[in-house]
Amino acid sequence: MKLTKMMLTTTALTVAAGAAFAEGHGSMADSMTVVSWGGAYQNSQVKAYVEPYVEMNEGLEVVTDESSAEAVTKLRAMSEAGNITWDVVDVVAADAMRLCDEGLALEIDPDTMLADAPDGTKASEDFGDLIVSECFIPQIVYSTTFGYRTDLLDTAPTSVCDIFDTETFPGKRALEKRPIGNMEWALICDGVAIEDVYDTLETEEGVQRAFAKLDTIKDDVVWWSAGAETPQLLADGEVTIGSTYNGRLFSAIAEQGQPIGMLWDWQMFDLDGWIIPAGLPADREARALDFVKFATDTQRLADQAKYISYGPARASSAPLVGQHAELGIEMAPHMPTDPNNAQNTFLFNYDWWASYRDDLDAQYQAWLLQ
Amino acid sequence: MADTTTDGPMLAADGTPLKQSLARALRRQKIRALMLTAPLLIFVLVSFIMPIGSMLMRSIQNTAGTEYVPDILPNVVAELEEWDPTTGELPSEAAFKAMIIDFQVAFENKQHTQLGRRFNYETPGMSSLFRKSGRKVSRMDVAEITDAKAALLDVDEDWGNLQYWATIKANSGYYTSSYYMAAFDAERTIEGVQMKDPDQRIYQKLMLRTLWLSGLITFCTLAIGYPVAWLLADLPLRTSNLLMILVLLPFWTSLLVRTSAWKILLQEQGVINDIWIALGFSDRLSLINNQLGVVIAMTHILLPFMILPLYSVMKTIPPSYLRAAKSLGATNTTAFLRVYFPQTTPGIGAGALLVFILAVGYFITPELVGGADGTFISNRIYFQFSTLGNWGLAAALGTIMLAVVLLLYYVYDKLVGIDNVKLG
Repeated sequence: MKLTKMMLTTTALTVAAGAAFAEGHGSMADSMTVVSWGGAYQNSQVKAYVEPYVEMNEGLEVVTDESSAEAVTKLRAMSEAGNITWDVVDVVAADAMRLCDEGLALEIDPDTMLADAPDGTKASEDFGDLIVSECFIPQIVYSTTFGYRTDLLDTAPTSVCDIFDTETFPGKRALEKRPIGNMEWALICDGVAIEDVYDTLETEEGVQRAFAKLDTIKDDVVWWSAGAETPQLLADGEVTIGSTYNGRLFSAIAEQGQPIGMLWDWQMFDLDGWIIPAGLPADREARALDFVKFATDTQRLADQAKYISYGPARASSAPLVGQHAELGIEMAPHMPTDPNNAQNTFLFNYDWWASYRDDLDAQYQAWLLQ
Repeated sequence: MADTTTDGPMLAADGTPLKQSLARALRRQKIRALMLTAPLLIFVLVSFIMPIGSMLMRSIQNTAGTEYVPDILPNVVAELEEWDPTTGELPSEAAFKAMIIDFQVAFENKQHTQLGRRFNYETPGMSSLFRKSGRKVSRMDVAEITDAKAALLDVDEDWGNLQYWATIKANSGYYTSSYYMAAFDAERTIEGVQMKDPDQRIYQKLMLRTLWLSGLITFCTLAIGYPVAWLLADLPLRTSNLLMILVLLPFWTSLLVRTSAWKILLQEQGVINDIWIALGFSDRLSLINNQLGVVIAMTHILLPFMILPLYSVMKTIPPSYLRAAKSLGATNTTAFLRVYFPQTTPGIGAGALLVFILAVGYFITPELVGGADGTFISNRIYFQFSTLGNWGLAAALGTIMLAVVLLLYYVYDKLVGIDNVKLG
């Protein structure tokens, strides 16, 4: 405990020194820590946002951190220690809502703090429904969906329920080692209407029904906990079908040329975006706000799609999505939001999972142990 | 004159009594010794005893965020004191009013969601109730409310849920037993504390599995390590040094590299299965993502911890003993069982204890190769800590694990005797 506090203090001193230096140069800090998920995703952010931003602001030092998966617990600990070392944090919408409710994230007024679309549309309208929390600055729409080996399966799966058909589609499946997504798919394939899924899951019978459906393939499942595992399992031929984030599958297909096909049926949408921790010193907060305003303008969001197949969160960015920066292929058909891919989709219900996650997760783990 | 010198205390050269002078010298020596060990003592205190102490405390403190629950809900706690949930009736009007008052303060301090999260660990649904009620309750004017119960039920009908109020009442002290209850797979209902359904008891299962697999791994390392250590101790120094490097080389390789290597070897499309198929067998073996994979990978990883103490003990046993036994007519088996083996038990004791305790707390290997049925309790502790943020439960599970290991150590001491354990 003491030790971490001491370490935090030293970091604070360094940051404070940086801040003092900044005051001589105007009101914005000269260094900024950007936290994200690492991998191809963070690379796309560095190329599309950070590099052009640093070019515009000479002398700015940007530190990158890959702790987004633990953003909530770490920010809580930082706030308890009274010492926040992060400036801009990339989180999923559910985490943004939690952080906002707990007062750990800064509230944002999109119309004054974020850029308008080039045609003058207000930011709040441009982002629309995707602003799910007062602290959340939407960035991308991504989905959790399935990829399959085109060479190992005789027929290509077309429905998410083909996951449960081990006769027509032999081989193991990769599924995430948590209930989110799996429970919904199990119920959909057991004949529950999409609008009743969460009501059904709220009942004990509904949960048992989902488990019963998953039981039919339990012995054929390899469970993953990191998004990078599925592309690897697919590439090794360990599994023939597996779920993961669509961007990971895109890079396996388009960048590495793996014989993998996309199964978009009932893909689960989720949002990802920025938050700024509450209680930053004024100069650092000003820097973070300035960066975020730049990084979420129409052109920048469209630029990110050159590097990874996640859909930009602004309506005005969609027409600007062009070709992949290195491969030169059209990106639009690879977007989860493309009309051809988005025939059957559902939005991950943050609110519902916020309440039932602890409980369902315990039941899910108990089910895994049986 | 001569009488006074013999009766009075013996004096040192400077005239102080000898006893006093000696005591002072000894004290100085002790202080010097203490000063020399001070860096270690402080290090142990700061990096070991304090974190463990704070972990023990976390498992019983009833906090939401940084504050204790009764400090956030002082009025509610006072009003619920008289209330008995077993009557099946909701708390009094005064309790509802107290809830509005406390809730508004908590909302102001952004504590209402933390509070909801705290109660949600026990009763699902409370987190969303607290979160959703936040704004609406904060806008109420307490002075004007005549029927607080109706007002809260108007905000959300879940405020009429008896179980929710029972949970609040059960957790209104500064300290709570609820994390330990959860860790022992019990739950609190309105009727009292009950065990969960047998197929919902995950922590007992994980705890037993962790102990059983760790024991199995310890046995495997012993079975494989014993002959190797004997060979190493028996061979001439030049050859044995070379072999020793082979034992130590994996020891110096990164844990992750070794675990990933096992993944490549054991997976269904992996090296071993390919050879298996090439030999003419038709079914591929499931060697990984299950308990078997964990046992194989961890036996390999922990092997040096068994071989090294065994080797250092065997090195001290003179080979002449075995020769003497045989020249006196013992068969090979008798000589080994009655002469050699008893002398190696201190090494076995040390190795087994080291491997077992390391295995019980292992985390990364079960996570990577364990699949669904090969995970350990440590994986669950990590998940509670970093993903769900339930530090209280993580601390309770950690404390139980610590107690179990100490208990085993005690039993071990009684059976084998810790004095008989030798690292060399």
